[in-house]
Amino acid sequence: MGNSMKWLAAAALCASAIGAHAQVNQTRVWAAACASCHGTDGRAQPGMAALAGRNQAELQKILLEYKAGTRPATLMHQISKGYTDEQLGQIAGYFAAQKP
Amino acid sequence: MKRRQFVQSIGAGSALAGLGLMSGCATTGGSSAKVVVVGGGFGGATAAKYVRLFSNNSIDVTLIEPNAAFVSCPMSNLVVGGHSTMAEITTPYSNLSQRHGVKVVRDMVDSIDPVKRTVKLASGGELPYDRLILSPGIDFMPTLPGMAKAGAADKVLHAWKAGPQTVALRQQLEALPDGGTYAISIPLAPYRCPPGPYERACMVASYFKVAKPKSKVVIFDANDDITSKKGLFTKAWNDHYAGMIEYRPKHKLVDVDAATNTLKFEFNDDFKAGVANVLPDMRAGNIAVKTGLATANARWCEVDFLTFESKAQKNIHVLGDSIQIAPAMPKSGHMANQHGKTCAAAVVSLLQGKEAPANPLYANTCYSFVTAKDVVHVASVHKYDTEKKTMVAVPGAGGLSSAASEIEGAYAKAWARNIWADSLA
Repeated sequence: MGNSMKWLAAAALCASAIGAHAQVNQTRVWAAACASCHGTDGRAQPGMAALAGRNQAELQKILLEYKAGTRPATLMHQISKGYTDEQLGQIAGYFAAQKP
Repeated sequence: MKRRQFVQSIGAGSALAGLGLMSGCATTGGSSAKVVVVGGGFGGATAAKYVRLFSNNSIDVTLIEPNAAFVSCPMSNLVVGGHSTMAEITTPYSNLSQRHGVKVVRDMVDSIDPVKRTVKLASGGELPYDRLILSPGIDFMPTLPGMAKAGAADKVLHAWKAGPQTVALRQQLEALPDGGTYAISIPLAPYRCPPGPYERACMVASYFKVAKPKSKVVIFDANDDITSKKGLFTKAWNDHYAGMIEYRPKHKLVDVDAATNTLKFEFNDDFKAGVANVLPDMRAGNIAVKTGLATANARWCEVDFLTFESKAQKNIHVLGDSIQIAPAMPKSGHMANQHGKTCAAAVVSLLQGKEAPANPLYANTCYSFVTAKDVVHVASVHKYDTEKKTMVAVPGAGGLSSAASEIEGAYAKAWARNIWADSLA
């Protein structure tokens, strides 16, 4: 195969390699921090609330209630206060999009 | 070029790069990118798994770990207290390879060549890397002359790396006669797991209370005061172990006579214990020190908190207990797990020729058992400060348990199941 073919093949490989991995998204990395307790991508082991596939609005409401101190908690009221309302909404959106 | 030859070339991406066919591509996430992770604890195992996840399995990841399985330090004090078993705190590495395609190599790293970008294994092999992630945990500093004597380290235990010493410490406690004394010596902060020694005192006392009611627990702390969850621990000691646990601050250990279980302090009288449990001064894991990465007081590795890249060597990332921590950041398994994800996201981005995510934000949670069932926590949230170029605790977030509870005991066990799975499954 000629030089031009080699370039084409290499370019195709490059394109597919880049296409295969979209940029690591900040929201995904924020959500990954929650996975320590709530399971990778929100698929929890027994004893913790699973987050994957939950309704975004419902998750966001719960998180904001924790943050406001209007929802009983042992710990989530303290964690949620470290995040802006917008960040909580984005994280809720990430988990809502995951397969349960 | 025939199709098969081309496919082979894809497999050997560096060969393509060498031909000049993929200039820029090999460094932007081609299938040739190689990440080697050293150490399969909370930091390294998590980093290995998440490099695979964040790269859609396109980056080649090899994890080098000497132990056959992961044994968790968190929850290991329950084993010391007789409330759990080694099997319960052990997780295999097989899921990392079977589910995520991480190549798990059971070996030690003998040396690292940062210029050639290779690691030399104790078994003799050599592995190339594009980026190296070091998570070697802590090792102990040789500051106690008596601990270097033959047999001393097998008699005066630390049990601060969960494994055979956890079992051995439990056996020493079982062999101690009723009325015998258990002494634990705590080094100056920073050390691995700030609340861990106080939790261990609780667990030993919970065992004594039932099995050896005349026995005592004495805590010798080099620090000026209890370093973590002070009010919650002192309340537990008064409520559950009154007259059994004695706390002595400002006791800096300078030597140990292992033959007689005698602790020798800088300013205070010697103390002879039935079981002496000594946590020596700690520093970054030996391989990090040997590679010249421990630039903070020759103890801890300074890193860029956006990427966890070493400030001493390019393309080497350090995370977990080995790093020079940011303000208010504990050396904990939970934190190492968070480092692993932040580092993985950065490594994948950099290998794709992109910038690492700019706003790291993560939490820490430490649960401590004060009885076999009652648990207290401390939590904090940490975010990247672009001006200070470090992680800072978010003001107003985080905090302590209001009181010890069985509800948090259940959460602590669920936390362990989840973080083990998140790191290793």
